[in-house]
Amino acid sequence: MKFNSDGILLWLLRTVAVAAGGVLILIFSFLLIESISAFREIGFFRFFSDPSWHPNTNSNTGSYNLVPMILGSFYVMLGAVFLATPLAILSALFCHFYAPAAVAGFYRRIIEVFAGIPSVVYGFWGLVVLVPLIREVQPPGPSLLAGIFILTIMILPTIALMTDAAFSGVPKNYIVAAKALGMRRWTMLRAAIIPASRFGITAGVILGAGRAIGETMAILMVCGNVVQTPRGLFDPIRTLTANIALEMAYATGDHRSALFVSGFILLVAIAAMVMVADLVKADVI
Amino acid sequence: MEIHRNITDKLLVVGVWVTAIAVTCLFAWILSDILSNGLKNLSWTFLIESPHDAGRSGGIASVLVSTCLILIICLVVALPLGFGTAVLLAEYTSEDKLFGRIIRCNLDVLAGVPSIVFGLFGNAFFCIYLGMGFSILSGGLTLACMVLPILIRSTEAGFRSVSDDYRRAAAGLGMGRARTLVYILLPVAAPGLAVGIVLGIGRAIAETAALLFTSGYVDRMPGSVLDSGRSISIHIYDLSMNVPGGESNAYTTALVLVILLVVINWTSTWVTNRFSGGNLLY
Amino acid sequence: MKKIFILSLIIAMACVSAATIYWHEFASQSADSEKVVVTGSSTIAPLVSRIAKRYEETHPDVRIDVQTGGSSRGLADARTGSCDVGMISREATENEADLTWVTIAKDAVGLIVNTENTITTLADAEIVAIYTGEVTNWSEVGGADRPITVVNKAAGRATLKVFLDYFKIAPEEIRADIIIGDNQHGIKTVIGNPDAICYVSVGTAEYEVKRGTGIKLLDIGNIESSIAGVMSGAYPLSRPLNLVTRGIPSDTVLAFLEYCQSTAVHDLIREEYFVEVQ
Repeated sequence: MKFNSDGILLWLLRTVAVAAGGVLILIFSFLLIESISAFREIGFFRFFSDPSWHPNTNSNTGSYNLVPMILGSFYVMLGAVFLATPLAILSALFCHFYAPAAVAGFYRRIIEVFAGIPSVVYGFWGLVVLVPLIREVQPPGPSLLAGIFILTIMILPTIALMTDAAFSGVPKNYIVAAKALGMRRWTMLRAAIIPASRFGITAGVILGAGRAIGETMAILMVCGNVVQTPRGLFDPIRTLTANIALEMAYATGDHRSALFVSGFILLVAIAAMVMVADLVKADVI
Repeated sequence: MEIHRNITDKLLVVGVWVTAIAVTCLFAWILSDILSNGLKNLSWTFLIESPHDAGRSGGIASVLVSTCLILIICLVVALPLGFGTAVLLAEYTSEDKLFGRIIRCNLDVLAGVPSIVFGLFGNAFFCIYLGMGFSILSGGLTLACMVLPILIRSTEAGFRSVSDDYRRAAAGLGMGRARTLVYILLPVAAPGLAVGIVLGIGRAIAETAALLFTSGYVDRMPGSVLDSGRSISIHIYDLSMNVPGGESNAYTTALVLVILLVVINWTSTWVTNRFSGGNLLY
Repeated sequence: MKKIFILSLIIAMACVSAATIYWHEFASQSADSEKVVVTGSSTIAPLVSRIAKRYEETHPDVRIDVQTGGSSRGLADARTGSCDVGMISREATENEADLTWVTIAKDAVGLIVNTENTITTLADAEIVAIYTGEVTNWSEVGGADRPITVVNKAAGRATLKVFLDYFKIAPEEIRADIIIGDNQHGIKTVIGNPDAICYVSVGTAEYEVKRGTGIKLLDIGNIESSIAGVMSGAYPLSRPLNLVTRGIPSDTVLAFLEYCQSTAVHDLIREEYFVEVQ
């Protein structure tokens, strides 16, 4: 009897998990259906070999190169993740091992609030405050750098809170044992705490990276949106998501379908990335 | 060696404090921007009046009601789904190794789907295919799809951080898995769950693009969850980008949103603390 | 306890699905009542939203839901019938004759620069030269010795089309430093950048100029950019704000369309910084 109800629970959980996994399948097929006419009219390879991105309702007169935007999306994401991850981990360490309890609580509350600020607000702030500052250094202002900064601010809370939660799950006796061994704080963190919470940290970084690559509104407002492969941090760029948001509102026919292709390619790229990460992880462990 | 370690230790202390102060300053900067521009319009009537003149004057009562309804629907759907999946992923890995890996990859990809794609998908699937039309219901369901990866990942992380000793001890005492889950694991994993909820609500309440195509733009007071209703972040977006002269009310609405977030986070922390009151660990 | 846990999970899911089915039924029922769904251009949405509110006050049996999402949205929804009225902020093209087009107002496009910029007027040829990258410094058109930041609109935007058609520039020839979406995005960019030039809705720009936010409208050749100029027809760069329907609309929809064209909404059109149609 006991085994049986545990079995029911397992099957129930499996059903729920399949439902959760089904969402992606639904979205995937939706994107595929919407982009099929572009694949048929324009062809797959023209999205990588056309001279530029000048979409048109009629596929024969337009050109549809997505490569600069794919690069743009990845540069911004990589920059933001590299900048935000150390800051977030340091923030979580601060909350857990360095700050007095009251300060830690306050700091945690600040980060929680900033996890929920709409991207429009960040974008607006970036446009009004950050972009003019960057322009002082190197015109025109809206740039890859501005995008990286804004995204860093946006994903820092996600990574920091996940890391913080992971730290609080580390059994107290690890800490007690480390202290009893006379370990310094840094040694304790490096040898016991961080390894014990690596799953939470990884999950945070993955969620942060996902948010970074999927972010639309804020990026649209600070990146300049010029379709070009950036040669430096101060060059304006356009990401795939910004491309969809900018042009979807007025796109019809093959142009609209081509925008769904950019969504589709983004999804495929993320899937490839996640799978590679998964394989690498499986090899290491 | 000893000196070297000492220096690393000191450096880390400095690094951690500098980071914390820098992040606080940065956030204080953004917050002060919202405060200085939003505070002058904030009043009780702003909260209980409906918007007039495309939002330039009047308040945000109907927007707040719609936002709450959307959030409730989102959480009612996403919490059981997310929680169940997280338990499966974290606790049944031996049975479902491959299945778990597939689901987890699946979710990681889902986390990177742009919000505007969620919006277009929600519009095609919930609004048109399932016939719900522009409604708070479609909006809530779309958001539920969107926050699933966040909820699942953080809840799973919560469960994974629980030491295996507890599971063995529980098994040794002859406790069933469901029982172990509720009495032993849940209290310990509670911080992960709480973070998931906080992040999920944060993501949901901040969402613009996904809701524009599903729950819609109508700023009337919703009569049921089948009515279209404008959420708070769409209101901010519309006022700041589409309505000339809507800026000051956009800031005030953003300020209300911040206050709302503080209240929600405070309550959810309080509830988790109560919930994990019988925390076994410390 | 475990049973309660399982039970509550099942109940929660059952509730959700039951509610979904119930609301699904309810939704198809309420579709017969007098509800008008309007979707489309984000430029027109705030205006029609206000018109709808005023209309509902005098017609309590009618409910008008205004949704946004862009002109192409309005076009697609009007065609598929998922809305009653579509909002499209550009002129009709030849393959869109299957719909009935009604112009409720006009929106003009004007060039703006930062107030720090000494330029007050640009000839047509100079504007073309700036946007095609032949002129890259303000000193070449009589300004200070500073590089020009060219701000352009994203492909497909109605204002872009108006601009390109008037100056006869091909989209590929434009050399932009920044590409933007909405009007406010352009205005904020110009406020933050003394070297930028951008084109936005004249009504919106005039409002910002009056508020003294740091931008000014440029005269194009000898034509003054102003609402008054648009009204008199002297100002050439403008686009219509249209409502479209497919087939024969219901009486309720027709009555609403008529109301949108009546003089009773002219004050709203002006308050939203557009120009009424004579």
